[in-house]
Amino acid sequence: MTMTTKKYLQSPSQTVGPFFHYGLVFGGENTLVNEQTKGQRILLTGRVYDGDSEVVPDALLEIWQADAEGIFNHPNDPNQAEVDTHFRGFGRADTVNKGVYTFKTIKPGSQGGVPYINVRVFSRGILIHAVTRVYFSDEENTKDAVFAGIPEARQATLIGQLEQNQDLPTYRFDIHMQGSKETVFFDL
Amino acid sequence: MADVKRVHTLDWSIQPPYLAPGYTSTLKRAPSQPLMPLEHKLSELTGPVYGESDIKELDNDLTKNAVKNGEPMGERIIVTGRVLDEAGKPIRNTLLEVWQANAAGRYIHMRDQHPAPLDPNFLGAGRCLTNDNGEYRFTTIKPGAYPWRNHPNAWRPAHIHFSVFGRNFSQRLVTQMYFPGDPLMPLDPIFNSIPDEAARTRLISQYDHSVTTPEWALGYRFDIVLAGALETPFEKDDDHDD
Ligand SMILES: [Fe+2]
Repeated sequence: MTMTTKKYLQSPSQTVGPFFHYGLVFGGENTLVNEQTKGQRILLTGRVYDGDSEVVPDALLEIWQADAEGIFNHPNDPNQAEVDTHFRGFGRADTVNKGVYTFKTIKPGSQGGVPYINVRVFSRGILIHAVTRVYFSDEENTKDAVFAGIPEARQATLIGQLEQNQDLPTYRFDIHMQGSKETVFFDL
Repeated sequence: MADVKRVHTLDWSIQPPYLAPGYTSTLKRAPSQPLMPLEHKLSELTGPVYGESDIKELDNDLTKNAVKNGEPMGERIIVTGRVLDEAGKPIRNTLLEVWQANAAGRYIHMRDQHPAPLDPNFLGAGRCLTNDNGEYRFTTIKPGAYPWRNHPNAWRPAHIHFSVFGRNFSQRLVTQMYFPGDPLMPLDPIFNSIPDEAARTRLISQYDHSVTTPEWALGYRFDIVLAGALETPFEKDDDHDD
């Protein structure tokens, strides 16, 4: 092991702009599962809103999550050898339809902890991605150190609400960039 | 895992703020609350992995990957560079995606209606993986400047949009590459949202005559440095001082 020093300075971010679709979204990236993927299918859906509570129809959302057993499909996960090879764990969705995004995925496992999905928001008017998380309304989220560390009044902004009477379990997770319901965003 | 340490991550003296009043779209879209700290766990130390099977042969040649009946119009260029971490180590096999306007400054997008011609032989989207030295290479057409409605007579300097994944979730970067000497850069609120002049300058590609291909294309070099530097038991130490 060697000491790592900062020899190079990181490149600054710039906005994804309004015209990313043909470069980043070709269709189907919001479906993370195929027929062989293991786990409980869910829909993760919601709207992105700006500070005037107007919908944001030109956002790009990316999600990153573990498989049904809580294993990430990446070499830094010590259990990668057992990962579900039918699940990469990454998805992209736009909000062209009146600010609505939808992902078809699985509810992630958690290896004994609390499950969640990492979310990244890009948009025209957002110079550097905004990172948040979806926790699930039917889990004991306060057992998670990150969730428990959020001021109680803002914890609800991180919860995907399970909606009944849907064909598929559906978690509704709206993202508010500003305002009284502003979503909690993280500093990576 | 026990050996994976986060050395550092986003540097806010380099990164643009969410709220940049000159760029009016930020006014209603910038988070107003402070960001919450996040200790990196497996969910941040992992990220999507891509391989050769995700890339098609012409994906890194935008002058060929959308041809219908001829060559795209404009100045053919080669854009190449390295993707490194802050320790200067190459980031290998990471997916780069680019998208851009055509030579006339027009995007193939329903929301881009400015009266410049579309090019039937140019889409303006490409992708590639970095090699073992962290190098990437695209052939494309130099994009034109285009107008936008941020303020009266607003024009974006010519730019290519870049998306890079890096080794894990925390390294993800979406940015824009500019061209040296563009007179629109000092007037552009997006470029100037970056507070530090040296940081802004790092988004300007450099003309590199050694990349220029005789009788074919001009060469530009653009290196990208992703936040963070990880020591892992899985990678040997490389010394790439250049
Ligand atoms: Fe652009």
